[in-house]
Amino acid sequence: MQASLSLSVSNPAAIPRSGHGFESSLPFPSKPVNLRFCGLRREALGFSSTSSSISAYRSNRNAARSKKVWASLGSDNGSSSSAPKSFDYDLIIIGAGVGGHGAALHAVEKGLKTAIVEGDVVGGTCVNRGCVPSKALLAVSGRMRELQNEHHLKALGLQVSAASYDRQGVADHANNLATKIRSNLTNSMKALGVDILTGFGTVLGPQKVKVGKDTVVTAKDIIIATGSVPFVPKGIEVDGKTVITSDHALKLESVPDWIAIVGSGYIGLEFSDVYTALGSEVTFVEALDQLMPGFDPEIGKLAQRVLINPRKIDYHTGVFATKITPAKDGKPVTIELIDAKTKEPKETLEVDAALIATGRAPFTNGLGLENINVATQRGFIPVDDRMRVIDSNGDRVPHLFCIGDANGKMMLAHAASAQGISVVEQLTGRDHVLNHLSIPAACFTHPEISMVGLTEPQAREKAELEGFEVAVAKTSFKANTKALAENEGEGLAKLIYRPDNGEILGVHIFGLHAADLIHEASNAIALGTRIQDLKLAVHAHPTLSEVLDELFKSAKVSF
Amino acid sequence: MASASSSLLTKMPTPSNTTISFSASLSPALPLFPSQFYLRRHRRTGNALRVQSKIREIFMPALSSTMTEGKIVSWIKSEGDLLSKGESVVVVESDKADMDVETFYDGILAAIVVPEGESAPVGAPIGLLAETEDEIAEAKAKAASAGGSAPAPAAATPAVSPSPPVPAPAASAPPPPLPADGPRKTVATPFAKKLAKQHKVDISKVVGTGPFGRVTPGDIEAAAGIVPTKPKVAAPAVAAQPAPIAAAAPPKAASAPSTPALPGSTVVPFTTMQAAVSKNMLESLSVPSFRVGYPIATDALDALYEKVKPKGVTMTALLAKAAAMALAQHPVVNASCKDGRSFTYNDNINIAVAVAINGGLITPVLQDADKLDLYLLSQKWKELVEKARAKQLQPNEYNSGTFTLSNLGMFGVDRFDAILPPGQGAIMAVGASKPTVVADKDGFFSVKNKMLVNVTADHRIVYGADLAAFLKTFSKIIENPESLTM
Repeated sequence: MQASLSLSVSNPAAIPRSGHGFESSLPFPSKPVNLRFCGLRREALGFSSTSSSISAYRSNRNAARSKKVWASLGSDNGSSSSAPKSFDYDLIIIGAGVGGHGAALHAVEKGLKTAIVEGDVVGGTCVNRGCVPSKALLAVSGRMRELQNEHHLKALGLQVSAASYDRQGVADHANNLATKIRSNLTNSMKALGVDILTGFGTVLGPQKVKVGKDTVVTAKDIIIATGSVPFVPKGIEVDGKTVITSDHALKLESVPDWIAIVGSGYIGLEFSDVYTALGSEVTFVEALDQLMPGFDPEIGKLAQRVLINPRKIDYHTGVFATKITPAKDGKPVTIELIDAKTKEPKETLEVDAALIATGRAPFTNGLGLENINVATQRGFIPVDDRMRVIDSNGDRVPHLFCIGDANGKMMLAHAASAQGISVVEQLTGRDHVLNHLSIPAACFTHPEISMVGLTEPQAREKAELEGFEVAVAKTSFKANTKALAENEGEGLAKLIYRPDNGEILGVHIFGLHAADLIHEASNAIALGTRIQDLKLAVHAHPTLSEVLDELFKSAKVSF
Repeated sequence: MASASSSLLTKMPTPSNTTISFSASLSPALPLFPSQFYLRRHRRTGNALRVQSKIREIFMPALSSTMTEGKIVSWIKSEGDLLSKGESVVVVESDKADMDVETFYDGILAAIVVPEGESAPVGAPIGLLAETEDEIAEAKAKAASAGGSAPAPAAATPAVSPSPPVPAPAASAPPPPLPADGPRKTVATPFAKKLAKQHKVDISKVVGTGPFGRVTPGDIEAAAGIVPTKPKVAAPAVAAQPAPIAAAAPPKAASAPSTPALPGSTVVPFTTMQAAVSKNMLESLSVPSFRVGYPIATDALDALYEKVKPKGVTMTALLAKAAAMALAQHPVVNASCKDGRSFTYNDNINIAVAVAINGGLITPVLQDADKLDLYLLSQKWKELVEKARAKQLQPNEYNSGTFTLSNLGMFGVDRFDAILPPGQGAIMAVGASKPTVVADKDGFFSVKNKMLVNVTADHRIVYGADLAAFLKTFSKIIENPESLTM
């Protein structure tokens, strides 16, 4: 635990993505290095963390560890820094979505004077047009499903007469939830002293941001967190009524009898859950050869058998929707399909509505990236593994970071937030590289799907390249007492791991409350905990978490 | 269910069986996961294919030693797809696991014979593989007419499927991949398609009443003749019926609507008589019936039978007479419950006797069986049976029974229970008389002939004690049969 450690830390290439790899290359525990250094030298990191700045790290660790000392240094620094000029803020974040919010909160905690720029509403996609309102709709659909499932209710000894719903009431619930979370977010930032600057943010040059028409603010560091918007492929005409994106769908202005969902990723899947529970019939249009691309194939297959086949859903796979025309003049919505491979026209669907869920496109236009010589790649802002923006020459742009959907690394709200926190960690003197393989993802269907790390095919591919062995363990929800008490025994948890050292490569869960169950696995990956240690951990009985307990215990580690 | 498959996968070093599918997605912005392609390995499964001219049939493979039939979970390939050796074509769910089934030949998937979600016995053809495009049409025709044009060279094929209903799903469900579906168009909603598949309704023949002339689930239900009530409930109960007489036909009764016909099955409509049986059997379900059994020693009866047989007396007449005499002492067992609120006591004791006649079942009635003597009764019975064979029974000769007797003893059946016919209070099922070791009250063993008699009764009017008392009387008569000849 000596100063020498900084040598390897400062070399980005030496930092492996997962915690335990770190362990093997460095002579101390897997925890990222707790390095801090004096304010005077602080900018050294900002400019580069190459070996030229190694001396900067060689500070007295004991002194730096004291938070008090650090905090006072930090706030002093904000106004009277050693940099050539003074800045209005230590940190400006463009975009007040979940990513920007997470970064702002952490920055304040670390003593940075922080401002957040928002051209629309606080909360961004997640809170206003994404995860949050969709959870409200899914809460409704989950209950509807239960109440409509006579067989299930009967098995529990319940009798319920016909379930029905009031569309406006459901829509209001979603909207109220978004409003509530939005005000929570706003209040939390205000309470901590984050300045919320209203207006569209543009990068004018290094360390300089224009907010709105003519306000210019300067900051030592800038984080771009502008997020994304629904991606609408060309040829598709969105009218917001019969051809819609998730933005419109979340308002639930109508529940069509028959809706086509273009794209069967997690957005499409969640909406199919909502719509079928509310009585719609659904047709999936998927460009790939099978539904639910991106999920572990085995989980996808099981999910399809539970979430698609028994429901009022059919699907067309391996087709592109080249042209979608909204309903008008007494005609239904038409969707022209072509074969994804041969490009030959296949057929034309006629439906009542179409939801475009083909993914999301980064929202980076008008950011003024040309001012700093940054060229987007398909709209995404290129960054390195520390979220530092790369310009068109392949060089790092100093003091500029990009997190969240805008960099396209992992388009999930909590990933954005984690990236933001990671950036703030770096700004405040602690090098940090986010292990994206430890970021869980969830799809809130009924039952839920969740995952972290690699899928089985990905793991096997990696194993082949790197020459290690991969093993798979599985447990069923059918064996779990709590799941059976709920009469929800349908489900599977799957662990992909290295039998030689007990490293978790991936965990995939399909079943009741899967989204809540995944964190034991994602934390283990993030902290580098091995299966042999997890086997000894205790789980309360009877709980769903025992599914994972069983899973870890069934893994065969030769250690 | 899905669990068994990939533990297999880990053990299978099949480098040549690997396909990589790239997910070049519609949206470039989609990635939920950084690495976007995955690898799929196939495991080897039994011989899924068999040679048959140039069009090969894809058979339902045996995936485990206990598997007798498999369900098609999904077709990985669709009709018209090019297949190369070793590629997975279909996912089959056996009694143990889901397995990918791969082809051992190159070719084109010409026709899917068993669609997704349906089952087929091991060895039955589930799809057709054509070698060249020219043969697709031929294969399709073959799939459509199935058994019709059974190819001569391959007559030895174990599972031939002469089932006309099969082509329907192939033609209706997913639009055929041939480019010929321009003008002809039926729009059906996803649920309508599912129902159509389930009920074997040809969507193209259904007139859509939904918006824009679309076929709705309601249209399919109407076409399939499904009314809001649930006729399905009846099916399993009927299938389980132990028909009063060992006629092969009744058990097959009305099970049709719920289960899809397996390929290779034949549908034969009911004759009028069978339809009547079916109807009566269904009606019986509304009656709360129960059963009471009784062992009876028949040595005395057998001895009597030997004596009277030369005079033309049959066992049926003996049993009918005995039952009638017992019923005379227990009128409630001869009663019936017409409206669910009252007893209807019958003045006459009319014993209906179940008889199997070619492919059917009828119950000629021995009227006033308690009043006629054995010889008259036997003569009467002979007449009735002749009339029944000649289909000349008058309605009152087969529907006036107040109690039914069903005897399967002559077939060696040792016990069974019968379904109560509508309008009667009880039915007696008689098993074979067999030598049985019995201990008497002094502890001496002896061998006696015993038969098991089982009475099914309507519990609204006949209670357990009534039936027990009746059976006791009946057994006394049988065990001391002299009274029968008086």
